[in-house]
Amino acid sequence: MSISNTAITPEIVAEHGLSEDEYASILKILGREPNMTELGVFSAMYSEHCSYKSSKKWLKTLPTEAPHVIQGPGENAGVIDIGDGEAAVFKIESHNHPSFIEPYQGAATGVGGILRDVFTMGARPIANLNALRFGSPDHPKTRHLVGGVVAGIAGYGNCMGIPTVAGEVNFHPAYNGNILVNAMTVGLAPADRIFYSAAAGAGNPVIYVGAKTGRDGIHGATMSSTEFNEDSEEKRPTVQVGDPFTEKLLLEACLELMATDTIIAIQDMGAAGLTSSAVEMAGKGGLGIEMDLAKVPAREENMTPYELMLSESQERMLIILKPDAASEAEARAIFDKWELDFAVIGTLTTTGHLVLKMGDELVGDIPIAPMVDESPEYDRPWEPTAASAVVDASTVPAPASLTGALKDLIGTPDLCSRRWVWEQYDHLIMGDTAIRPGGDAAMVRVRDSKKGLALTVDCTPRYVKAAPETGGAQAVAETWRNITATGAKPLAITNNMNFGNPQKPQIMGQFVGAINGMRAACIALDYPVVSGNVSLYNETEGAAILPTPVIGGVGVIADIEKRGTVAFKAADEAIVVIGETTGWLGQSIYLREIEGREEGAPPPVDLALEKKNGDFVRGLIETGSVTACHDVSDGGLAIALAEMALGAKGLGADVTPEGGLPPHAWAFGEDQARYVVTAKDAEGILKAAAAAGVPATVIGKTTGTGELKLGTGDSISVSMLRSVFEDWLPDFMAAS
Amino acid sequence: MAIALEQASGKAPLMVWHKDSEIPDVDLIVVPGGFSYGDYLRAGAMAAHSPVLRSLKEKAAKGTPVMGVCNGFQVLTETGLLPGVLMRNAGLKFICRNVGLKVETSQSLFTGGYEDGQILSIPVAHNDGNYFAGNETLDRIEQNGQVAFRYVDENGETSAAGNPNGSARNIAGVFNKDKTVLGFMPHPENAIDPAVGNTDGRGLFDGLVRALS
Repeated sequence: MSISNTAITPEIVAEHGLSEDEYASILKILGREPNMTELGVFSAMYSEHCSYKSSKKWLKTLPTEAPHVIQGPGENAGVIDIGDGEAAVFKIESHNHPSFIEPYQGAATGVGGILRDVFTMGARPIANLNALRFGSPDHPKTRHLVGGVVAGIAGYGNCMGIPTVAGEVNFHPAYNGNILVNAMTVGLAPADRIFYSAAAGAGNPVIYVGAKTGRDGIHGATMSSTEFNEDSEEKRPTVQVGDPFTEKLLLEACLELMATDTIIAIQDMGAAGLTSSAVEMAGKGGLGIEMDLAKVPAREENMTPYELMLSESQERMLIILKPDAASEAEARAIFDKWELDFAVIGTLTTTGHLVLKMGDELVGDIPIAPMVDESPEYDRPWEPTAASAVVDASTVPAPASLTGALKDLIGTPDLCSRRWVWEQYDHLIMGDTAIRPGGDAAMVRVRDSKKGLALTVDCTPRYVKAAPETGGAQAVAETWRNITATGAKPLAITNNMNFGNPQKPQIMGQFVGAINGMRAACIALDYPVVSGNVSLYNETEGAAILPTPVIGGVGVIADIEKRGTVAFKAADEAIVVIGETTGWLGQSIYLREIEGREEGAPPPVDLALEKKNGDFVRGLIETGSVTACHDVSDGGLAIALAEMALGAKGLGADVTPEGGLPPHAWAFGEDQARYVVTAKDAEGILKAAAAAGVPATVIGKTTGTGELKLGTGDSISVSMLRSVFEDWLPDFMAAS
Repeated sequence: MAIALEQASGKAPLMVWHKDSEIPDVDLIVVPGGFSYGDYLRAGAMAAHSPVLRSLKEKAAKGTPVMGVCNGFQVLTETGLLPGVLMRNAGLKFICRNVGLKVETSQSLFTGGYEDGQILSIPVAHNDGNYFAGNETLDRIEQNGQVAFRYVDENGETSAAGNPNGSARNIAGVFNKDKTVLGFMPHPENAIDPAVGNTDGRGLFDGLVRALS
């Protein structure tokens, strides 16, 4: 190595998040000491974020195949066939650590990053979703974080002109020091025009396009792979700054380029920037890559090779073009038109090495295959989570009235309206939003067709904490159910595994349990995983978040005009519950909010029943047998009924709790695999249900009174519920 | 917007690029919504100085009808073709929702598809829709019949409750003096298709096509 620089001390190695063993492996691979640039490259590639070193062993066990899967995990995003020669391209990704440090930019660049993952595969993004977890509303930082994260997501997605159509927002003290910001993008592409990242053709030019490289985000991948401590806010310079307008230009330029015949491979520069994109592209192609870092368009002067390789500046792509001059000229003209940088920074080689130069000076030389092959993979010790006792519903005190408890619950942080959030997101741009935020799943029409995609993100972390396997299965099942409740057929998922420190056996046990549950659910529901992301070390001062394996689900419906929606449609229609109600109060919102008890075993998830009940409900929607449909989840039947009434104007419901159960357990229990539907012809539904072996119970009827009546003499006006439901979040955010 | 124009007229609109120096002779020029140049400066301020706007101003001066929607409205106020300015929403947040919109006059080539005083439900989606002008200007444009649309509440009243963004006198859209230029914040192009929402926006496009054919 011609460049001699700082001697690599054990302190420098530790600052790069590398263990002694990992450093020993680096010495072996290189046969010498690395320089700082090389150490930086290894540090990024061996970070948890890029290497999946703690999770790989378990992620491999998830089902990833089905006839409709075009591309499973391992690319920038997953790809599924949605028929008619079209493909849906989607992925979810976390930006948790940056969003806690700098909520606006952290969340904004999270959206920017996931958008690039999708359009780098040749898809035009048509919808964004997000799953957010914040600390207790009482925590002094929560309001600031909620405001900043929501504004950041809005700022980026709105400017890009892509609708943000669905999401979830929850609060829990376990996220006080580590919020979660998971962003998902769904795009559409012709099924035969998908672009991949594997480089090919030694001698082909390596092209850098997009925004210039600055000093922002250096070491983001390493930062997000460690726990937080009290100095974490000093890490603000590791957070990237987003420029959505440049990304909009990059999107249009890339899609225009993809319509030509000039690209061999393309990869966005996300975590670990130029390092991971160059290594992954060359590595997948079994090639070497040589780059002259002096040719990288730089925003600042005197940037070092180390900084250029590790910057996480946004809105950049790496492209392998066909070698002819005409291809380069055609590509360059497109990027000139969109006023984006276009620079030939290197070539593919047959050496199998990542060779970095700064002008004539050699500044790094790493054999790629050994670096990738020797990438650490750990079988971390894990302890199964101890089972929680089942809560006997009959020992849980009854409220003074069911509607009084309903009124209390619907104004709690986890059950109240999220309108304050989604009205800040442009959810209508592109003109294809068939189901707006606030339903079970959003629905977005496929342009120029009757077809629609149903989209949702879900997780119930308190279930996962109490019983990881049940909770993992439940998260998958709930997305499946939410998609089913719109009449769409669920096709595949993307997952975002947010957990604490995997070096603690009990945390690793949560991870393993959740994966096991997810695997079972994916198999039972024929609902494979096609992409995903892992975010570990979500701990502050040793305290971990709730285990939060967020699932993003995608389904398809042939005709959006046949979609099922939540709101009651007319008075005097029968209200039918599909599925069995046992009054399961363990881990329910009722038990937590009304009794102050966050405990018990979560409701069991019977996957065969889930499938049977869901397939039955989807059939009812397809045949137009129901007028409204809503899945039953947090808060149970009473909350589901209230939401159906809140979606309508002037309608209510008159229902009677089933005998044999404590009425509050019937109203607020969270048994799974249930839906509420309304119908003109209840008899027909009961008959069909009996024939299909699906439990179905008529519990009452819709009314034109604007009252919700839960049994004799116990009613509340829907307008009262509405004001409680709508007021909590805006009031909370307006308070100071 | 292009889809809405094509659906109503049967003809795909001609697209121009921001650097074009010449807009061909056309029946109508539309400046659509979006985030021109990212709107990192004041919304619409950069676009108002883009090369194509010089040609737009010349065409407008010669009487070619011009319609600006959302960011297009912001651009047209920045060029001075329309009175007033659009400030940050009073709530300081982006707002995306359906609003009540009252058609102040059907007597224009843009609004002939509606009745006087008709109440529509049309989505807004903007960060800077807070219409502002001095009282003298507001009095003048009201007297001249230059107010095209106002925000109204669910009872059809121009109340504070019906005003999503703090706009002066609930103004959602204004004409120039000759009513050949119209700018407004709501998005009628997102209210034309019964499969995904209501069709209250269709009247605008159908009325325009009738007036221009």
